[in-house]
Amino acid sequence: MTSATTVHPLAAAPGTGWRKTKDRIATTVIYGCFLLALVPLVWLLWTVVSRGLSAITRDGWFTGSQRGITYRDPGGGVLHAVVGTLEQVALCTLISVPIALLVAIYLVEYGRGPLARATTFMVDILTGIPSIVAALFIYAVFVTTFSGQRAGWLVSLALVMLMIPVVVRTTEEMLRLVPDELREASYALGVPKWKTIVKVVLPTAMSGIMTGVVLGVARVAGETAPLLVLVGYSPNDNNNLFSGPQGSLPGMIKDQFGNLGSTTILRGGHKVSVHYAADRMWGAALTLILLVMVLNLIARLIASRSKMSS
Amino acid sequence: MDRTPSDSGPARLADPDLDFEPRPDAAGSAPSGGQRAVEPFLATSQPAGVSISAEAEPVFGAGTLGGNLGPGRFADRVLAGLSSGAGAFLVLLIGLVTLFLVIRALPAITADQSNFLTARSWDVGGDSPDFGVLPLLWVTVLVSLLAMAFAVPVAIGIALFISHYAPAQVARPVAYVIDLLAAIPSIIYGVWGIAVLAPKIQPLADLLSRHAGWFPLFADENVKGGTIFTGGVVLAVMILPIVTAIGRDVFERTPRANIEAAWALGATHWEVIRTAVLPYGRAGLVSGAMLGLGRALGETIAITLILSKVSNTGPFSYSIFNGGETFASKIANNASEFNSPAQTGAYIAAGLVLFVLTFAVNAAARWVVNRRKEFA
Repeated sequence: MTSATTVHPLAAAPGTGWRKTKDRIATTVIYGCFLLALVPLVWLLWTVVSRGLSAITRDGWFTGSQRGITYRDPGGGVLHAVVGTLEQVALCTLISVPIALLVAIYLVEYGRGPLARATTFMVDILTGIPSIVAALFIYAVFVTTFSGQRAGWLVSLALVMLMIPVVVRTTEEMLRLVPDELREASYALGVPKWKTIVKVVLPTAMSGIMTGVVLGVARVAGETAPLLVLVGYSPNDNNNLFSGPQGSLPGMIKDQFGNLGSTTILRGGHKVSVHYAADRMWGAALTLILLVMVLNLIARLIASRSKMSS
Repeated sequence: MDRTPSDSGPARLADPDLDFEPRPDAAGSAPSGGQRAVEPFLATSQPAGVSISAEAEPVFGAGTLGGNLGPGRFADRVLAGLSSGAGAFLVLLIGLVTLFLVIRALPAITADQSNFLTARSWDVGGDSPDFGVLPLLWVTVLVSLLAMAFAVPVAIGIALFISHYAPAQVARPVAYVIDLLAAIPSIIYGVWGIAVLAPKIQPLADLLSRHAGWFPLFADENVKGGTIFTGGVVLAVMILPIVTAIGRDVFERTPRANIEAAWALGATHWEVIRTAVLPYGRAGLVSGAMLGLGRALGETIAITLILSKVSNTGPFSYSIFNGGETFASKIANNASEFNSPAQTGAYIAAGLVLFVLTFAVNAAARWVVNRRKEFA
């Protein structure tokens, strides 16, 4: 090594001392990076599960609301929040999926020229748009300009802007995977283009599209920023998307977080301090994580099943 | 969406039809199936093919097409119109976002008594609003850069682990586990960050500010827990999946030949990575890091919960052990007080700056990626 000034380092024999050591260090560091990333994941999940389990296994958690319950009171449930989240996400999905499918079809089956390039670029920009900016936009349009009232459906509209890019991206990818031979066979049979897309291309890509939709739902279900701007949080049941403050799982976590406090009770003759609000906060967090994880799992299942069949 | 089938429909359709569909004369003479449907659809086809392959008809439902030119053509135009309309709608949407934010922000910015970009005060309630975004810009950029500094090296390590170190059976679950990090809602990161993580990393912060406090970045500001440092660590965890995913993607695309050439020269594993894989993936890594930065800049609720608010009256603090507010957390903290248009306008103006910032970062990231694609 010492005399090899003109020799490329790779030309020296492998495994000579220092190079071998460097290789070992690199391997250790790279394995270490992976282990390091596991730390917050395991830590966070463990925190949420261990602190939230007692709340969600209590009677009435999934059937009650937070009506009239302060940090001094035990109990209460998440029904109002689950209903609010599901309604907002459902309306968002209903609006996003058709638009996103059409955009993906346009990009894959029709798109040429400047409009297609602009659309691709805009999908990229939408992917990166901060949720709070989407919320401000909806606020500027519907509340400031058209003097509407804050309500759940405005949240859905803001979520649409966040969900469309996710669904477009996955759908686009899936449609591109559909072999051209399939399209050509269909054209050769005289099937018009629209019918080829609807009856041949979309069904072939359907499981992939479903995966995208579920991932999109999972992404928007945990969004909090639009809730802060576009709807008030209500601890009561409010099933009406179109008027009044409405509960939601992220909203409930935020609400309980803002009202943390302990209260002293007598238990077995001793004064103990209990944290009802904190318990409920972690309980709501666990409920939200379960919801999102179940959705993700469904997406994975659909994806892996479709891979096996193809 | 509001495009009628007549405007530009036929012109658009002409191309793909000619590209993909059999020419009339060819279809007429070739016994290729589904002829009964083809026949009316392609005006000049001969009836010769009809009897040959009637049994092929049901395959794609071609038989239900009907016997005239109308429905197929019309539906073709409808789908073409709808889908290109949806594309145009997205373009329009981004235009509208810019337009509405600017329209709502301008009155507030012109009414501002001090310089909107350089002032440090934030007084938007009264008749003479006096506000600026300098502290917001500083905290937003600092916390995001900090997150990048933490996340990018780790993400490169994980991406290398998945693409070149772990055996195939291990790599897939590992990638899935990293993606799980992206599935956790950001409000849960926020709650965990301030309630669980912050107290645990406080000793490290104390240590740094005690021994390196002379350095402006590490100055002690008497903020415990809710610091930019804590925010940076939590953001780093949140952007890790996206940076990893893109890094993995580019590393996996390293040409086999480059890698094997390095092996053939007698390189160790690390030297293969350093001489073949890393140089090839550099552009992808840059854009992945910038996409992560875009995420970090706009992250709202986690940062809102973590950062302690501090007053902006004292001397300007450069420290990462200080609290503060980002664009997003400023808006989120005050969202319940959007009362007058003037007051709301100030927050919308802050949102506009954030939008421009993330737009620029994301566009730059895409530009790097697309440039790479062209000669890859």
